[in-house]
Amino acid sequence: MRCAVAVLFPVVLMLVACQREERDTRPQSALGSGEQPTPVTTLEPGGQRPSPTDNKAASFEANAFHLSEGKRLFGWFNCSGCHANGGGGMGPALMDEKWIYGSSMESIHATIRDGRPNGMPSFRDKIPDDQIWELAAFVRSLSGNAPSSAAPSRNDDMMAHPSENRMPNAATLGKSP
Amino acid sequence: MKQAAQPARSCGDAPLTKRSSAPRKRSLGAFAAMLLVCAPLLTAASESPPAPAISPPAAAAPPDDGQWTMPAKNYASTRYSELAEINEGNVKNLQVAFTFSTGVNKGQEAAPLVVGSTMYIVSPFPNTVYALDLSKSGAPMKWKYEPNPEPAAQGVACCDVVNRGAAFANGRIFFNTLDGHTIALDANTGQPVWNAHVGNINIGETITMAPLVVKGKVLVGNSGGEMGVRGWVKALDAGDGHVVWTAYNTGPDKEVLIGPDFKPHYDTDKGKDLGVSTWPPEAWKIGGGNMWGWISYDPDLNLIFHGTGNPGPWNPDLRPGDNKWTSGIFARDPDTGAAKWFYQWTPHDLHDYDGINEQILLDMNWQGKPRKVLVRPERNGYLYVLDRTTGEVLSAKPYGPVNSSKGVDLKTGRLIENPDKLTGTGKVVRDICPTASGLKDWQPSAFSPKTGLLYIPHNNLCMDEEGVEVNYIAGTPYVGMNVRMIPGPGGNRGAFTAWDIAAEKPTWSLKENFPVWSGAVVTAGDVVFYGTMEGWFKAVSAKTGDLLWQFKTSSGIIGQPITYRGPDGHQYVAVLSGVGGWAGAIVSGDLDPRDATAALGFVNAMKDLKNATTAGGTLYVFRLP
Ligand code: HEC
Repeated sequence: MRCAVAVLFPVVLMLVACQREERDTRPQSALGSGEQPTPVTTLEPGGQRPSPTDNKAASFEANAFHLSEGKRLFGWFNCSGCHANGGGGMGPALMDEKWIYGSSMESIHATIRDGRPNGMPSFRDKIPDDQIWELAAFVRSLSGNAPSSAAPSRNDDMMAHPSENRMPNAATLGKSP
Repeated sequence: MKQAAQPARSCGDAPLTKRSSAPRKRSLGAFAAMLLVCAPLLTAASESPPAPAISPPAAAAPPDDGQWTMPAKNYASTRYSELAEINEGNVKNLQVAFTFSTGVNKGQEAAPLVVGSTMYIVSPFPNTVYALDLSKSGAPMKWKYEPNPEPAAQGVACCDVVNRGAAFANGRIFFNTLDGHTIALDANTGQPVWNAHVGNINIGETITMAPLVVKGKVLVGNSGGEMGVRGWVKALDAGDGHVVWTAYNTGPDKEVLIGPDFKPHYDTDKGKDLGVSTWPPEAWKIGGGNMWGWISYDPDLNLIFHGTGNPGPWNPDLRPGDNKWTSGIFARDPDTGAAKWFYQWTPHDLHDYDGINEQILLDMNWQGKPRKVLVRPERNGYLYVLDRTTGEVLSAKPYGPVNSSKGVDLKTGRLIENPDKLTGTGKVVRDICPTASGLKDWQPSAFSPKTGLLYIPHNNLCMDEEGVEVNYIAGTPYVGMNVRMIPGPGGNRGAFTAWDIAAEKPTWSLKENFPVWSGAVVTAGDVVFYGTMEGWFKAVSAKTGDLLWQFKTSSGIIGQPITYRGPDGHQYVAVLSGVGGWAGAIVSGDLDPRDATAALGFVNAMKDLKNATTAGGTLYVFRLP
């Protein structure tokens, strides 16, 4: 028994590590995925039904390559100009526990692709779909919603806040200090 | 470094010294100036009272009629009221006369207007205009006008969704909306007369400034220096809103309205198409130089004066050159827009030093000669005195801590950069003073001809900056700089300084915990009013700075106080309370203080503001019992 654990443990580790390190450098489609409904409210007459998840969400979220690409793109597409390094400015803070349009990968993907009425631009024709998923995954890491094993661990720039892999989960943290 | 640091330190220490050496020296200086002015007067017309040593030109500051028809009070922008019912002795008795909620939880930077028996206020986005009937008890609403601006405009406004006020002329209220409209309303009914769409939010253009009406033209400028928007000033016909002229602040001479009349004082501003050649190819098209601040007007010279904003992007590596005509000031003919002269406060700006602050027009004796001057407490930290007929710099002294530059060369007019504080890509430069928000930002000062002092609400902050690469994507920020602000020397993040213009030094200075982001007003009763970001509305002595009265309003104050004579013949003081603006964005935008770079770095210096105040726009009006 103990022997089996000893054998299995490294295998499990390897599997996790695999997902973390997987690199999908040739995205399939420029547009296309994320067409599932992404409700922006939890209020549904008669009770909430689970909304379908996109299979891209899970694969992008736990992947270190996608997360660090998301971080690079966050500066590259000027997200940081409006949201700073997550604390917000012209746009709202993304590192806190408050979400206007939902915290799921699917919701954030929809936010970036389609824009939002009070000043979030639509990047539909500017950012290829897979890169939108990378951005969405990185946005979640800002509030501690990405596995710390995969989240970016340091900045090459002036450190604006602790690195994403050390960010506490904003929702369980409660009020930001 | 030393030269700049010296006055800086004395300025910070001013509260200690204010009752000792400084006033004595000042009165001597003022006395000498009086002698100079009075000498010719005594021989010429001995019966007329001696003119004050420094005063605004009469044509730009007519006798006070008790109204407040433009945010700066008059074309000279003195923000001085001749009303004296409220004075140093009785101001402590001020009481609330009435209050009014603007219904908006964003930064309230506007000045209320008073015309006849009506008060007009314009709210931040969604830019609702209210008319309140002052002749009735409790000032009930006469009308309101909702322009319904595009909600998306909120995303491209760099520093909260503020509006700095409306202007009244010829029975009409003129104001701007965040989404780039200039609107004329019938002042009696609130009905729109015309609506001109002059700004485009899809390239990041917004309008936050208060228009100025000069000779039947409504002068308007755009915001967007953080979005790579090319700056302009337009004159719209007050009658029907059509564009009479447009003057760009970058680009070829014919678009900047530089022609044969253009006679700048300094050689660096002479040459063809400098608005193109002082930039890398095409960069002037996305180079900023916006006009979101204040305009003054001299009817005698028939000149308007307006500043120009920072060049974009903030990262200076992307735009080698002097970046004309950004971070400077133009004198223009209001009829045609033709430029008369230009002076650049901050050539090739490295730190977001917009040049759009208020300019106070004054006539005074300078080194024995009568001069028509323009006084400007500038964002880069210097208190400039310019000859407003030529643009020549007469004086430029720091009015607080400055280390980003080492002074101004009065021969060439050029700011002397400090090589230790040069910013660039991939380089973190620490402890730069003042910050991107300047020693003073938009918050306008007030001048009293009775004291000869300029009352300056300002900041005391320093910053770290790191240039980063940035792509231009129209309608998104074009900044390229990580900024992290910290309190300046002494730890007080704000100050309220009375500056002796003739003596070129402060008379007194008050420390404030937070940046003083409100405007100021000064009266013939020798009382100065300003607000703090905690929400205190303060009255201090114009002579000594002593606190005479204060009232805690419901939210932090970043608005422009005014004073007027009500329909009952008594003096009132009004101010909008409601925190926000760039300094208060942490509260009005609910930003996260754990990110040092939030709100372009301002949040780092304002981490505790959320514990000091909450958002909410309310008008407060005070009177004596
Ligand atoms: C021009 C400014 C601007 C840019 C550029 C910008 N955003 Fe936004 N963003 C906003 C604003 C404003 C909102 C709030 C919209 C609203 O409330 O309707 C927002 C909202 C969001 C939200 C939703 C937050 C919530 O609480 O639900 C996310 C996620 C987001 N932005 C991510 C991004 C990413 C990723 C990028 C870069 C691709 C980006 N933004 C670029 C201004 C901007």
